[in-house]
Amino acid sequence: MSRESGVVKVDGEVIATRRVGAYHHLTIVAPGVAELARPGQFAALAVGGPTSGTLLRRSFSIHKVSPSGTYGGTLDLVVAAKGAGTQWLTGLRAHDSVDVVAPLGRAFPLPTEPVPCVLVGGGYGSAPLFWLAEVLRERGCTVEMVLGAASEDRLFGVVEARRAADRVTVTTDDGSAGQRGWVSDVLPEVFRRTGAPVAYACGPMGMLQSVTRVAAEHGAVAQVAVEESMACGVGVCMTCVMPVRGKDGVTSMVRSCVEGPVFRGDRIRWEAFHDGVCGVPEDTVGAPRTGGH
Amino acid sequence: MAVDMSVTFTGRTLPNPVMTASGCAANGRELHRFFDVATLGAFVTKTVMMDARSGRGTPRMAETASGMLNSIGLQGPGIHAFVRKDLPWLKSVGARVLVSIAGNTAGEFADVARVLADSDAFDCVVGVEVNISCPNVANRGLVFACDPLASGKVVALVREQLPRDVPIFAKLTPDVTDIVSIADAAVKSGATGLTMINTLLGMVIDTDLLRPQLGGITGGLSGPSIRPVAVRALWQVTAAMREGRVQRVPLIGVGGVRTGRDALELIAAGATCVQVGTATFNDPTAPQRVLTELTELAGSHGVDRITELVGVAHDRMVVP
Ligand SMILES: Cc1cc2nc3c(=O)[nH]c(=O)nc-3n(C[C@H](O)[C@H](O)[C@H](O)COP(=O)(O)OP(=O)(O)OC[C@H]3O[C@@H](n4cnc5c(N)ncnc54)[C@H](O)[C@@H]3O)c2cc1C
Ligand SMILES: Cc1cc2nc3c(=O)[nH]c(=O)nc-3n(C[C@H](O)[C@H](O)[C@H](O)COP(=O)(O)O)c2cc1C
Ligand code: FES
Repeated sequence: MSRESGVVKVDGEVIATRRVGAYHHLTIVAPGVAELARPGQFAALAVGGPTSGTLLRRSFSIHKVSPSGTYGGTLDLVVAAKGAGTQWLTGLRAHDSVDVVAPLGRAFPLPTEPVPCVLVGGGYGSAPLFWLAEVLRERGCTVEMVLGAASEDRLFGVVEARRAADRVTVTTDDGSAGQRGWVSDVLPEVFRRTGAPVAYACGPMGMLQSVTRVAAEHGAVAQVAVEESMACGVGVCMTCVMPVRGKDGVTSMVRSCVEGPVFRGDRIRWEAFHDGVCGVPEDTVGAPRTGGH
Repeated sequence: MAVDMSVTFTGRTLPNPVMTASGCAANGRELHRFFDVATLGAFVTKTVMMDARSGRGTPRMAETASGMLNSIGLQGPGIHAFVRKDLPWLKSVGARVLVSIAGNTAGEFADVARVLADSDAFDCVVGVEVNISCPNVANRGLVFACDPLASGKVVALVREQLPRDVPIFAKLTPDVTDIVSIADAAVKSGATGLTMINTLLGMVIDTDLLRPQLGGITGGLSGPSIRPVAVRALWQVTAAMREGRVQRVPLIGVGGVRTGRDALELIAAGATCVQVGTATFNDPTAPQRVLTELTELAGSHGVDRITELVGVAHDRMVVP
């Protein structure tokens, strides 16, 4: 089914599901995904079974993959139960089946030199970072991780982080674990200490914006994995767009499922986002003229 | 014996009646990763207008029971970029293309059609779908397809720009009092076929935030939940054609098709071809799967040709 296209659609089988704090960690047999996937890409899952009235796919960062093993290739995801679809997913049991399309989107671009890197995860946004840390360290990069969340149960992978990174800092809004505050409070010190030229971040949009800002203040580039509402995940519906400046400086509404989810933070037009709504900046290609569409 | 799935309209023969739906398949490359888009009867492209358009802000969608609401705002590259990049690619993979066009004014539809007709890859175009379910800037944004005069004018102007042998399908909205009168106006003005239906206008309110969920406030409802509306629209226009109230032209059915059985329902109501839209978001292989299922199902009804089933339900009514 792959047509040498870098993506597969498979009928996956859940082989393990376990609670991790506020999240569910799912391991799914999904042959063909592991060979194609790279850190930062995501999987789009159908929910509710083949005749479900809930049609739209749900997207999740790929936490990790393993090419073979007892069951054939597997895919791991970390899912927070939110609405109907994620509740269905977190209710799955071993041997239940789930339709998976993966891997999708652009992966985190890797540095060509062995440089220090800062990895920042907010809530379940840390899910793709451990695998990324592994790949970066294989290339001789040192990795410093900052994990933040509202409270301790919403942190994901603190123990794993200590293994995957050279140093880990934890923050929580309520101080229930690590330092009380936001990741942006500790980041300046991390950039100063490491001199990292690049930061990788995944988490809520507000956090990604502040990582981008702090990185820029320290002369670093932020590569951020965004989260925008997606209906298809494969590039055909145009619901997942956001205003992003291209290399030529021109802003367009680009599909975050195809051209993202990883973008250079300084290319995203953050000022267009307000409280869950994103407008079209006036200088965007084809922006509505006053009174127009 | 295998059922002959081919369909013929305005002198063109397609190998089968299944198509993508405009705006639900982009311009081909994305779905081609999952199946060969040239296996479909035709590939219907995202509605393209004269200039590049950013579309609306987000959120652009809301999930609904067995469907969704969208307010994309006709985002697209503009017809010049389309004929330079997208159409040649579709031709290169051997796709038969039904190009969907629109304009802010009736004149713009014609301009878009002319650029298309003059393009190098035009020979892969099996027809033009005129998306008149969009706002007419010259008439305070009233949707063309809500007004028989405006609908007829657009079709007539587009007709002048295209070679006579190129079929034109006018795409109608079900959000009208009398769809038969719009169908009649389009056909009288030169439409060689009709596509039914576009989305229905709807709205969703987020009950946590207690505000409209879409950035554009209202949006188009699509998916299996609207299939009965598509069946009804196809039925009414087919009935009018059979009674001689409207000239007979081929219909393309669209609205809520997820399975081969759904496609057959639209065909039985009067559609010659069937498009698969929102179901593609659930299953990127849906158009191809629907074709396979439809072929099997047609076989189980014992026909030699799929065309024998077009409008068949009109002959099967039981009158006690
Ligand atoms: C690239 C990417 C990676 C993600 N990674 C993770 C992850 O690792 N773990 C995790 O728990 N969640 C992740 N999310 C968010 C997750 O996709 C949503 O929480 C989920 O789709 C909500 O579905 P629902 O049925 O619970 O909510 P509903 O509100 O019922 O969803 C309705 C529709 O809106 C879409 N939608 C709603 N919220 C979001 C959202 N925040 N992002 C994207 N689509 C949304 C759904 O896909 C669905 O089509 C990711 C999102 C994206 C885009
Ligand atoms: C996200 C989305 C975008 C659409 N864009 C267009 C479009 O550009 N032009 C058009 O004629 N119809 C457009 N439609 C309407 C579909 O082509 C189709 O008529 C409608 O969705 C009903 O079919 P469905 O229930 O199979 O989706 C769009 C529908 C959706 C869901
Ligand atoms: S989610 Fe459909 S185009 Fe990105």
